[in-house]
Amino acid sequence: MKPDIFQAIADPTRRAILTLIAIQALTPNAMAEKFDMTRQAVSKHIKVLQECDLIKPEPSGREIYYHFNAKKMQEFDHWLAQFRESWKTQFNQLDKVLSTLKQQK
Amino acid sequence: MKNDLLFDFNVDKAAKTVYITREFDAGIDLVWNAFTKAEILDQWAAPAPMRSKTKYMDFTVGGKRFYAMISPDGVEKWVFQKYTSITPKTNFKLYNSFADKDENPEPVGSEWDYNFSEEDGITKVYITIYNESLERMQSIMEGFRIGFTMMLKNLDELFAASKQN
Repeated sequence: MKPDIFQAIADPTRRAILTLIAIQALTPNAMAEKFDMTRQAVSKHIKVLQECDLIKPEPSGREIYYHFNAKKMQEFDHWLAQFRESWKTQFNQLDKVLSTLKQQK
Repeated sequence: MKNDLLFDFNVDKAAKTVYITREFDAGIDLVWNAFTKAEILDQWAAPAPMRSKTKYMDFTVGGKRFYAMISPDGVEKWVFQKYTSITPKTNFKLYNSFADKDENPEPVGSEWDYNFSEEDGITKVYITIYNESLERMQSIMEGFRIGFTMMLKNLDELFAASKQN
């Protein structure tokens, strides 16, 4: 199953990777070095982040640089805002229902 | 009536958890019923213009609520909720998953925890939602968007037809 964006950013290492490449695109080797991890461990994190569209590969010569996909993060924030609005609307509806029920008593 | 009723919505992305707090200008008995009785839930528990329609609800531990959120043009999105714990007028927990109309739930859902407390006639409801998904929500919204587009298309046709007359 495709990993969820919530799952992707739940991991502290992946959040650190995102923070880092938001400033500057990096190769997997550079990431491994910065985080003192093996290439395999970095590859696993890259796979998850890429499957969620949070990062994008860009070949440059023989190297692959990974870029941060800010659009996906915005989409996520947009979803959260929508989720919040939907709760707000429902609760305002509930205020009306409760006030009607109180009058019936 | 108290007008400054609290509404808090916080997200801990790292913990995959959403925290929602809301106060209501009503006693705990009434608010508890509003969250646990199908006939009251259906009056508010879908954001307008959508509405909620409960097919069945058994508010007991292990019991289920199967309901649809229905858009104005009739698109139905089914939701399965299974009650995992109930402490009357204090707390209940449920497992929420989207489903098809034949009651087949999606493999992964989210865990919801509702807490109730009353002070000076104001009831506070504190909800935590663990593991809610952007992808699931997007597919729901997509379903509604398609329905909405169809509705607009119907309107276009209606307008076109009325122009010809």
